Amino acid sequence: MPMDWALGLLGGLIVGTTAALYLLLNGRIMGASGIFRTAITRPEPSDTRDAFSFIAGLVVVPGVVMLAVMPERVTHLTPNLVVVVAAGLLVGLGTALANGCTSGHGVCGISRLFLRGIVATVFYLLAGGLMVALFRHALGVI
Amino acid sequence: MRNLISFAVGGLFGLGLLISGMTDTTKVIGWLDVFGAWDPTLAFVLGGAVLPMAVAWQIGARRGNRASNDMMLPSPSNAGVDRSLVVGSTLFGMGWGLAGLCPGPALASAMFGGVGGLAFLLAMALGMFAAPPVRMRLDRAASA
Repeated sequence: MPMDWALGLLGGLIVGTTAALYLLLNGRIMGASGIFRTAITRPEPSDTRDAFSFIAGLVVVPGVVMLAVMPERVTHLTPNLVVVVAAGLLVGLGTALANGCTSGHGVCGISRLFLRGIVATVFYLLAGGLMVALFRHALGVI
Repeated sequence: MRNLISFAVGGLFGLGLLISGMTDTTKVIGWLDVFGAWDPTLAFVLGGAVLPMAVAWQIGARRGNRASNDMMLPSPSNAGVDRSLVVGSTLFGMGWGLAGLCPGPALASAMFGGVGGLAFLLAMALGMFAAPPVRMRLDRAASA
C-alpha cells in the first residue's frame, strides 16, 4: 500500500504510547516475550494474572479489529510448517535467553539508550538480515 | 480493575501492531531483505514507538524515577551485556527472519494467523521452556 509508511508511523506511535503507559503505571518494561513467558511459567499469582489479562487484550482486540475493518492485514505466514516451527523455537529460546525481544530491547531499551537493548537489537537485526539473505536469495526457501 | 487496565494496555499494543503492519510477515521479511526489495516501513514503526517512550523516561525522571505504583523504573546500571544476551538475540533474530514474526505480532495475529500462527506460538512456548538449561551452560562456559 502507498500509505504504508504513514500507517507504520501511526501504529508505532500507538505501540510507543502503550509502552509509555505500561512503564509509568507499572514501573516495568513492556516486553511481549517476557509477558508471554510469565503467562506460561506462572512464577507468581498476581504477575500471572496481569500477564493473562494483557495477552487477552493483545489477542482479542486486534483480532476483532482485523476481522471487522482491516481484513487486508493477513499475516502471509509461510505455509511451510517446518520453517514455522523452527522459527518459533528459535524465537522462544532466543528471547528467553536474551530476556527480551523487539518490544522490550528494541523499543523500550533503545528509547533509554540501554546498552543491553542496543546490543540485542544490533544482533537480532544482523541475524534476521542474514537469515533472509540465506534462505530467500541463496536457498530460495522463504 | 487492575486486570481491566492490563487488558486495555495489551489491546492498545495489539492495535498498534496491527495498524503498523508488524503482523504482516511480508513487511517484516521485506524490512530484513536488504539484498532484495527492501521495505523501510519498520523504520517508521520503530521511530514512532521510540518517541513516546523517550518522553515517558523524561516524565519518569522528573518523578524521581518512580512509577504510579511506587516501583522504581529500570535503570541502565543494573544491566550488563553477557553471553546469554548476545547468543539469545542472535537466535531470536534467526527465527524472526525465517518466519517474519516476533512475539508481540505472533500474539496479536493469533485469531487470524491460522494453524501456522498457532504452531508458531506453541513452538515459541517450547523454546522458552528449553531456555534455563541452555542459559546455565552459557553461564558456566563464561566463568570457566
